[in-house]
Amino acid sequence: MSWVEKQRNIIDFTISSLFRRKGKIAALTAVYTLIVFILASVIFFTSAIRREASLILRDAPEIVVQRLVAGRHDLIPLSYAERIREIRGVQAVSGRLWGYYYDPVYGANYTLVVPVDFPHPPGNIVIGDGLKRSSGATRDDIFPLRSHDGAMIPFIIKETISAASDLITADTILISEEDFRSLFGIAGGYATDLTLKVRNPKELSTIARKIGMIYPDTRPISRDEILRTYESVFDWRGGMMIVVLSGSVLAFVIFAWDKATGLSAEEKKEIGILKGLGWETSDVLLMKFWEGTAVSLSSFLMGILLAYCHVFFTASTLFEPALKGWSVIYPDFRLTPFIDPLQVANLFFLTVIPYTVATIAPSWRAATIDPDAVMRG
Amino acid sequence: MVLNPAVIALLTGSLLIAFMLLYAVWHGVRILARWDIGSGSELQLSLERRTYLISTIVSYTMAFQLLSLFHFIYTADSIHGLFSGAMCAAGVLNLNAFGYPLLIMKIVNFLLAGIWLIINHADTRGYDYPLIKVKYALLLSIAPLVLLETFLEFEYFLGLHADVITSCCGSLFSIDKPGLAGDLASLPIGPMEAAFFAGMAATFVAGLYFCRKGKGGYIFSALSFFTFLIAAASLISFICLYFYELPTHHCPFCILQKEYGYIGYALYITLLGGGVTGLGTGVLMPLRTLGSMDLVIPALQRKLAVISMIFYLLFTLITCCRMLFSSLRL
Amino acid sequence: MLIELKEIKKTYNQGRPNEHIALGGISLSIDEGLLTVLKGPSGSGKTTLLSILGCMARPTSGRIMLREREITSLPERFLTDIRRSTFGFIFQQFNLIKGISALENVMVPAYPRGEKRHILKEKAGHLLELFNISHKASARIEWLSGGEAQRVTIARALINDPKALIADEPTAHLDTRLSLEFMEIMGRLKGEGKTLLIASHDPIVYNSAVVDRIVEMRDGMLVATGSG
Repeated sequence: MSWVEKQRNIIDFTISSLFRRKGKIAALTAVYTLIVFILASVIFFTSAIRREASLILRDAPEIVVQRLVAGRHDLIPLSYAERIREIRGVQAVSGRLWGYYYDPVYGANYTLVVPVDFPHPPGNIVIGDGLKRSSGATRDDIFPLRSHDGAMIPFIIKETISAASDLITADTILISEEDFRSLFGIAGGYATDLTLKVRNPKELSTIARKIGMIYPDTRPISRDEILRTYESVFDWRGGMMIVVLSGSVLAFVIFAWDKATGLSAEEKKEIGILKGLGWETSDVLLMKFWEGTAVSLSSFLMGILLAYCHVFFTASTLFEPALKGWSVIYPDFRLTPFIDPLQVANLFFLTVIPYTVATIAPSWRAATIDPDAVMRG
Repeated sequence: MVLNPAVIALLTGSLLIAFMLLYAVWHGVRILARWDIGSGSELQLSLERRTYLISTIVSYTMAFQLLSLFHFIYTADSIHGLFSGAMCAAGVLNLNAFGYPLLIMKIVNFLLAGIWLIINHADTRGYDYPLIKVKYALLLSIAPLVLLETFLEFEYFLGLHADVITSCCGSLFSIDKPGLAGDLASLPIGPMEAAFFAGMAATFVAGLYFCRKGKGGYIFSALSFFTFLIAAASLISFICLYFYELPTHHCPFCILQKEYGYIGYALYITLLGGGVTGLGTGVLMPLRTLGSMDLVIPALQRKLAVISMIFYLLFTLITCCRMLFSSLRL
Repeated sequence: MLIELKEIKKTYNQGRPNEHIALGGISLSIDEGLLTVLKGPSGSGKTTLLSILGCMARPTSGRIMLREREITSLPERFLTDIRRSTFGFIFQQFNLIKGISALENVMVPAYPRGEKRHILKEKAGHLLELFNISHKASARIEWLSGGEAQRVTIARALINDPKALIADEPTAHLDTRLSLEFMEIMGRLKGEGKTLLIASHDPIVYNSAVVDRIVEMRDGMLVATGSG
């Protein structure tokens, strides 16, 4: 198979030729890898978070009914649940209690949630791992919260939520219903919102419509809508980041083009010699192709590998300053490793293709060097 | 407007491809204007050198075009969560009027680019560059199509709005829905199967005859293209059903997903490969009389015919295996 | 007859202020199996003529026939193919590729032909043996002496088994002993049936006994032809 042998021979020569220009190739590969690394980190991070969000939301209730007063979210009377339960297709309705608490001591916002069954007697709370880390409190410590009428209520920390779910529970406090109502002064007949279980997911929009007709002051939100909104937001954020980074990709492309056009006298001579020895333009083009492939392949793989380790093993440490923003309680971004061919394809189109396009013309110009001109040297 | 990394990558890719092709066309026009194989002048030499640049550019363009075709479908599939009603790429493409025309455009451009590369390959084998004018004329006609595709792509993605309700492939490709998709899905299965296998058989026979005797090139090419269309319709009409093991799921895009082992890629690559090489054989027929091509083209055509038959054979094998081992019985 | 040139003219930078006429109309035929020397001072156009004879450059006007076949306006791809199998070049500056071994240097011209690598290695090794430098096969080019490098270039020129060898001022960097050795090698190759074409203004070359024909050049034109 002479075609295969020819490729083999040329690849061999190309690799040795690359090593003869170690410095220049090393610089190019380093920058290339860096670009792939940055883009890949962004893409892996946003995809993984997007996926985590949709996985988490899978357990969310199909419909959540909120009450709006003057456009703002207000408490909903549990009596609404009676009529909603009667709507055909609704399996179950229950009130949900949750809210925010601002702690001036730590300058942080906590999310207080009353779970379906709280395993501890009143007076006890369960805190998230992020809270534990930022306050330094542990089990059996006293964690005081100020009630709506100014009284400081000493709660005892009974346990902490495992760090594995830190992404959503970092700032969470689980509390009993009794304590929640007395802390915030919420009467027994009210809840923060109502959650619905629906028999047939295809009926969601019909049911939502009916609820809106019975109680015009409510806003039913379906899980799908939430999912779509989240995906939209993550997509948009991810996309914005890529657009912002496009400046650096452009800089890289110009750099690559410059490196490709700036052939040293030594390189020009070598190509001239090859042409003089009987290599055709297409043979030299082939050599340049393998050169580009070798550089692209190694940079691409290395960049992806480094980004994978960065995002999934070091919890995106390099992005920390950008992600932290306002939060005082900052979750550990331990994301489940997730990589699919689409992400790799995206990276390919954003890095390898611009590089290849930038180097086509310079490669061709190098390949068409006249041996005659070089020989006379 | 959807602005996720995949869409950005796709649009970037399309822009780069369009840019490369325009660059190639610009050089191609200059070549067409001043080409004179007889003269040994410096201008002629530089023009000859320029042809290397153009073949390189168009080769890369074709490779990227093929990748972009699959990338596009994969991207469309991945954003189905943003639109209510869409379960896979089929629904996403249906969101505005540009989706399906864009897909068709991408396939057409891929076939055209493949044909160009085949003609280019034949031309380089001849010592008098006999096909130079044909080549660059073809390039000039492909360029506007690629630009059209890029335009459609931008219009499509910019016109996507996350709340619009669309139909899922179940209803798009359902039997009672009017329109091309529905019509394809509702084609009666028995005759369709017959047509598919008959088409494949006829193509093989014509191909073998052509390879043996060197005659009947046009017939083979026409049959292979016809089979290409029948196979594509068959995919929707009955082949998919065996993969999904559901007599009502006619969607041609779901087989590209992970659940089905990405088998869709194998099917589409073999189908497109067979289609483009079969077409190439036919396109080369009228060029046999030009210059030194009578030495070069017949051998090349034979090779293309063999490749086409191998691709179609693979396609048929995958289909038959699935039909035999699927638990669905139609 | 191997090569025939008819009214070959070569002008560099045609039409521009620095226009230079290298060859002003040369008609020449080179016979197979003979050793021809192109004699003349530098600037006489010897190198240009060699390039054209070896199909490395195209003339501005005129015709070239290779064994009765006109190759003047063949596209580069075919010209290169013909050149690869017909001619082996020995350059004045050696032009060996730095950074790779002598053996690899000998193999390089054959890479595009797609021969199996181990067969190529054998051939190259055999050639190096022929010229008594197989002990330097894996040495880097930079470490070879002038004479050794010269012999590597001769081996390299023979890797594709060409019908003819073209040498441009081959003895320019060699002392007397090595120059005589070079001519002896040329004689040997002639004995094997190769056609040899040497451009030189070195008396050791054109006064050698193995020379069959001397072609004199001056200012881009032929002066006289005679036998050596």
